[in-house]
Amino acid sequence: MNNLLVLPMVLPLIVGIVLIFLRPFIVTQRVISLLTMVVTFGISLYLLIEAQLSGIVTLDFGDWAAPFGITFVGDSFSLLLVTTAYLIASISLLYVFSSIGEEKERMFVYPLILLLLAGVACSFLTGDLFNLYVGFEVMLLASYALIVLGGEKGQLRESIKYVLVNVFSSFIFLIGIAYLYGVLGTLNFAHLSVRIAEVGQTPILTTIGIIFLLVFSLKAGLLLYFWLPGSYGAPPMAIAALFGALLTKVGIYALFRFFTLLFYHEPQITHTLLAVMAILTMIGGSIGAVAYNDLRKIISYNVVIAVGFILSGLAIFNSAAIEGAIFYLVHDMIVKALLFILVGLTIYLSGTARLEQMSGMIRNYPLLGWLFFITMISLAGIPPLSGFIGKVYVAQGAIEGGAFVLLAFTLISSIFVLYSLLRIFRNVFWGETIISKDNMIPLKKRVLLPGVLLAVATLALGLGVEGIAGIVTDAAETLMNPDIYIDAVLNQGGV
Amino acid sequence: METMMSVLVGILVTVATYLILSKSLLRVILGTAIMSHAVHLLIMIMGGFSRDSSAPLLGEEAASYTDALPQALILTAIVISFGVTSFFLVLAYRTYKELKTDDLTKLRGHDNDE
Repeated sequence: MNNLLVLPMVLPLIVGIVLIFLRPFIVTQRVISLLTMVVTFGISLYLLIEAQLSGIVTLDFGDWAAPFGITFVGDSFSLLLVTTAYLIASISLLYVFSSIGEEKERMFVYPLILLLLAGVACSFLTGDLFNLYVGFEVMLLASYALIVLGGEKGQLRESIKYVLVNVFSSFIFLIGIAYLYGVLGTLNFAHLSVRIAEVGQTPILTTIGIIFLLVFSLKAGLLLYFWLPGSYGAPPMAIAALFGALLTKVGIYALFRFFTLLFYHEPQITHTLLAVMAILTMIGGSIGAVAYNDLRKIISYNVVIAVGFILSGLAIFNSAAIEGAIFYLVHDMIVKALLFILVGLTIYLSGTARLEQMSGMIRNYPLLGWLFFITMISLAGIPPLSGFIGKVYVAQGAIEGGAFVLLAFTLISSIFVLYSLLRIFRNVFWGETIISKDNMIPLKKRVLLPGVLLAVATLALGLGVEGIAGIVTDAAETLMNPDIYIDAVLNQGGV
Repeated sequence: METMMSVLVGILVTVATYLILSKSLLRVILGTAIMSHAVHLLIMIMGGFSRDSSAPLLGEEAASYTDALPQALILTAIVISFGVTSFFLVLAYRTYKELKTDDLTKLRGHDNDE
């Protein structure tokens, strides 16, 4: 049964390769890719339930026991993220169908999306440091191709920077791996954790920890987010939705893994650094989110604020805060996809991305307007919706941990999120209508379907918190007690 | 031996950083290529050196072998950086054809020039 654990990575990989040969058959490609996403979502969900019932699921490839082979580890945290990723990918795919255009569909957009998901799933599930690097590269190479697909001038200009930043950070990642291997002589996460605990976290290990902090901050957009707003503005919005929902989250996941499983012995250095970076990220993101009049820039900076918020949960480092951060991470993946899709539709319908050139769209497109309203209050963390519970737990953790500065910044950043989105809502949807009934581009129900589905998901997550609370508690417990993870990987003899 | 190699890695990283910070796109790509050499060499060093260990081939029947794991890691990293570099070169070529410049300072984004 454990072999199922490989499917979230392998299934999209194989199907992605098969789809390369089906290039001219667009409808076939659509059906197969959507089917794959939904099936993989089902498998991930099954694995997630399985992990609840019988503990962490592990899989040693080729029957090589844990430290010597590559291991896939599915604990509640990684499986929850894989499940959410596939849920979002399935729904975003519906938006890709309706918005991307036939030309790009012929140019391998579906294979690339499937390979992107394979890389994301591999990064979430792997228990091996170098395999994590490979998973990152699979994901990044697919994202390079997706960001430049179509080859418009703006895309070319931004993708040069995006590729350069990621190539450079991948090299730093390799430097970190080389140092860690030189010091500890192993690459398996669980085994690394044991060895770090044995020698105590010496200064050299803390330094290596900070190298990894830099690498994953570049990927996640923590403080080093300078590349993010430009890059996320470049590709078509359907692709940007996938990026906004998934790419930075993989960096966040890696930070969580590294600073709860490996480098947790000197929190006064590493986690203080994380706290400072999270605060600066929230400040920078908030300034960016209110400073621009370009819709894409505003929502890209909202991605940045969320990264700062989630990582302040990690910086506080007690179980309440970690639980809150996990809740918020899942919520943020769903809602950022929703936000990008809605803004993509708005830009398509109004023909401009400038805030001051749109007005009164709620008269023309009421459903779109109210969906945006739901997204906005969900992101700001208004109680019945999904953003609330994560913020409450992080705030509770901050109070328990005495991190009042972080508490203040996380709460103030919510106000900036609300303000920046309220600006969009007020300018774009309220006011005098500038599109007359004759010039109105008709909005089919089918096109709004992904937005509705994601809005239902955020509502369901908000109302059904009890349903996933058990999973999140379990995930936080595994993160706070590395022994559970180590036991599952090293001591169960590779079933 | 390790010290010498470390110094060499340091020099390569310095050169690569200098090139990556330059204006011309081609120099930047050369910088990333040199950076990849530096990183691969560093992984090699971290496996350790020893005069009397043989190549990791069981047919050699030597008393000790060099660490085989870093070699496998490097091999993987080399093909990945090959793939990325070739993509990057083609991307640079397309950018040059479309935007008629290889000067990175001229590749700044403007909101209303698309």
